[in-house]
Amino acid sequence: MRLINIHPGKGERFLLAALPFVLLALAYLIGSALRLADNPGDKLLPSLASMGRMIEVMGFTPDKRTGDYLLWTDTAASLFRLWTGLAIATAIALVLGLLNGVLPVARAMLAPFVAFLSMVPPLALLPVLFIVLGLGEVSKIALIVIGVAPILTRDLALTAADLPREQIVKAETLSASSWLIAWRVVLPQVMPRLIDSLRLQLGPAFLFLIAAEAISAEGGLGYRIFLVRRYLSMDIIFPYVIWITLLAVAMDLGLRLIRRRLYPWAGVQA
Amino acid sequence: MTALTIQNLWKEYGDQIVLESVSLTIAPRAFVALVGPSGCGKTTFLRMLLGQERQTRGTILMDGLPLPPEPGPDRGVVYQRYSVFPHLTALQNVMLGPEFQAARLAGRLWGAKRRALVDKAAALLAEVGLAGAEGKFPAQLSGGMQQRLALAQTLMMRPKLLLLDEPFGALDPGIRTEIHALMRRLWHEHTMTVVMVTHDMREAFALATRVIAFDRPRNRPEERERYGATITNDIAIWPPRVAGRQTIYDADIPASQDDLTRFAIHSGTPRSVAGA
Repeated sequence: MRLINIHPGKGERFLLAALPFVLLALAYLIGSALRLADNPGDKLLPSLASMGRMIEVMGFTPDKRTGDYLLWTDTAASLFRLWTGLAIATAIALVLGLLNGVLPVARAMLAPFVAFLSMVPPLALLPVLFIVLGLGEVSKIALIVIGVAPILTRDLALTAADLPREQIVKAETLSASSWLIAWRVVLPQVMPRLIDSLRLQLGPAFLFLIAAEAISAEGGLGYRIFLVRRYLSMDIIFPYVIWITLLAVAMDLGLRLIRRRLYPWAGVQA
Repeated sequence: MTALTIQNLWKEYGDQIVLESVSLTIAPRAFVALVGPSGCGKTTFLRMLLGQERQTRGTILMDGLPLPPEPGPDRGVVYQRYSVFPHLTALQNVMLGPEFQAARLAGRLWGAKRRALVDKAAALLAEVGLAGAEGKFPAQLSGGMQQRLALAQTLMMRPKLLLLDEPFGALDPGIRTEIHALMRRLWHEHTMTVVMVTHDMREAFALATRVIAFDRPRNRPEERERYGATITNDIAIWPPRVAGRQTIYDADIPASQDDLTRFAIHSGTPRSVAGA
């Protein structure tokens, strides 16, 4: 039997999927145990117990100075920035992308401009944003929007322009106006793709968020990580990184679920 | 009752001449089949009738008036592919045209108007043999069913002119015979003129009232650029088929009538002859 023809069963697939996670955890535990045996004060690879203690401190003990539960206030602050940024970016992408994909006149005017904008490295604009918009929430949200919107827009415009010409002509013979074609023919058909490209942009969005928070913030997941870095507190950094990853994975799954629920036709194959 | 008058039509793409001096008059309620080799401009001609492309020279008159420069609800179209919308169910596909017409902003209907439209759409779906498939998406339908759906969607608009671009070209022979029977019935029952592009000669002669062949009279390699295709044959089917009236070929003959192997069996049966 050739290797390409061996398909794992359901249980086997689960085991295989779990394997890299288990191996990574094992490698960490062994490395951590070895280092701690050498030097009980080692901070680089803290034990599970000390990480558990810090999770308890950050997540379930009120902060001495403010009385807040820091993990949750950090999470709330970061998610607010992230979601506001992504929502604004999606709205911009919908409007510009549809205009771009549907109307040749708009495409002639906007496509080169959006293509140009999408090449501006967003992080290089961060100082500009801090100077112009101040150090508050607006500049952080703006960074996410600037980083994500042009790519979403271009992807949406490409998807819209890729719809078969026949469909557009067909809609015209069904008496649709330009608006109705955009609204009932193009928009629903680009939405699944928009959700997918939003999923792909979660990573960059978190990157922009954490970069902005690292430089200047009064709270947030990225802010905390860069704050405790000064004390080499790997026992806080690791749980935070894992938490951020879990948040991103949950959002990815949520978006996939939404896509499947709202656009069942997109999963149907002939 | 839609007549088409095409006068001295030319179509050029840059230096390349695709069609030249095409002149043609199509009678109301005719069923015209356009045949010819690949690349002879049949589809280009159809697209000009549709308004999807503009002719370089010449005029197309529909009922004596110049054709509008863009596609509209007076001219329906069914393509070989992409004729229905993959994101709408069969029922929604059929309802789409009237919804566009009635709700210019939302593109949707609600309440009693919607229910009336649902009934009408479901009736038309049943008429084309898709009863029970209302809730299915096109990807869940077979190729033949998709084309039936496309016909129903188009007919909801009551087009004066129905344009078919190799609509049945991708179907199995058996399915094709069935859909021919449907097409023939729809042509009889709906007040429309039909122009169909096809590769299949048998299909052309089985359905049409008139078969028009496009070809390039000059086809040497160095001539291809500068000489386009034109009408080389114009054949009226005899005995004539008349829309809405049964002729000796369109009497109560089952769907298998254009299957020649079964034709002999039916040839001895009496036919109810009406009209000419």
